Amino acid sequence: MAADGTASGTPIETDAVIIGGGPVGLFAVFELGLVDIKAHVIDILDKAGGQCAELYPEKPIYDIPGLPVVTGQGLTDALMAQIKPFGATFHLGQRVDALQKMEDGRFELVTDAGTRFIAKVVVVAAGGGSFTPKRPPLANIEAYEGTSVFYSVRRMDDFRDKDVLVVGGGDSALDWTLNLQPIAKSLTLLHRRDDFRGAPHSVEQMRALVRDNKIALLIGQMGALEGDNGALAAVTVKTKDGEVRYPCNRLLPFFGLTMKLGPVADWGLNLDENLIPVDTVQFQTSTLGIFAVGDINSYPGKLKLILSGFHEVALMSQAAHRIVYPGKKLLFQYTTSSSSLQKKLGVT
Amino acid sequence: MPQITFIQPDGTEQVVDGQTGMTVMETAKKHLIEGIEAECGGACACATCHVYVDQAWLEKVGGPNEMEEDMLDFAFDVRPASRLSCQIKVTDDLDGLVVRVPEKQF
Repeated sequence: MAADGTASGTPIETDAVIIGGGPVGLFAVFELGLVDIKAHVIDILDKAGGQCAELYPEKPIYDIPGLPVVTGQGLTDALMAQIKPFGATFHLGQRVDALQKMEDGRFELVTDAGTRFIAKVVVVAAGGGSFTPKRPPLANIEAYEGTSVFYSVRRMDDFRDKDVLVVGGGDSALDWTLNLQPIAKSLTLLHRRDDFRGAPHSVEQMRALVRDNKIALLIGQMGALEGDNGALAAVTVKTKDGEVRYPCNRLLPFFGLTMKLGPVADWGLNLDENLIPVDTVQFQTSTLGIFAVGDINSYPGKLKLILSGFHEVALMSQAAHRIVYPGKKLLFQYTTSSSSLQKKLGVT
Repeated sequence: MPQITFIQPDGTEQVVDGQTGMTVMETAKKHLIEGIEAECGGACACATCHVYVDQAWLEKVGGPNEMEEDMLDFAFDVRPASRLSCQIKVTDDLDGLVVRVPEKQF
């Protein structure tokens, strides 16, 4: 059977699994690749680039050596081009839930999508943790999550014939307003101002639905939730004319993403204030064969800079080589002069 | 040195020295003011340094630009005096500035 990594199939066997596809995780593909270590990259976002792509794709970064100015997306694109020769496989939209050492010294990893991996080394490049939807700080909201309150739409049927309240002013809120309107019993879009950040075309479509009385648009902010046993009955909305009680049984708040450490805490690694302590020679964690690089690690003098992460992955790769290729001597070489490195890079 | 007063939701006041050129968020972080999280580190990309500017200072501080106004969509309980403190630069003119920390950051 082919290694498709699913629960029923054979797990994906590889040299290295990199957890986190931010700039440091991406450059780890490069440095590992130079020492012949093949990698798979897992990231919870649906795209590579981590915070650079999610939080500040259009904002300038000024402290990448050799690049006087580059945007978050520009840096991501450049790194993706740089690591292309090494053919890493990306598993996006997945979070590593379990990581454990096997009897033979290798590691088994399982994602929330059920993808399984067996790897000789694991590189944790998880930055500030995994991106998760922001939960509105409303009393008792947890009690409704998964039954009445959802932060994403996994099954459209959950919203069929329901009174849906979508909250937010970006593309997610607009897209789901447009997509759920035909199947919902009623749909209201709530936003704090009559100005939307989403794609102009989606805004136009939304406004057309409002004109045709197919959806309602409410300008205000959520105040409190009402209901019991996980069944939402109404949301109190603060509008400029005062508080309005808005009956609904499905709530979809879209307030962007935040970073949470998540399952990293469950992998048996020593942690110090939600960071993973490492040594500064190999950037290895308390578990032999698991490395931590970039913003998630800590050591004396650590600076949370992308360039620090780049340095860390270079040294980490030397240590990883000793595990993946035990007994094989690693010759230190420069990409400028080494024909063997240039061959790996596909430039000769 | 311009002084800045942070008022917590329970009324506790903290008066700290700001530094010209730094932002109000950086001043808060430096003095460990509770409730200013600044998850993104000052890139105007997260809305977790949300504050309410005191009525008396609103005019001097000014309102948010378009990018900040967009980002305020991600804050909780946004009011007319809402600003992201990473977007307010400390100047000598702002000596005595008073801002209130919201009850909750998102």
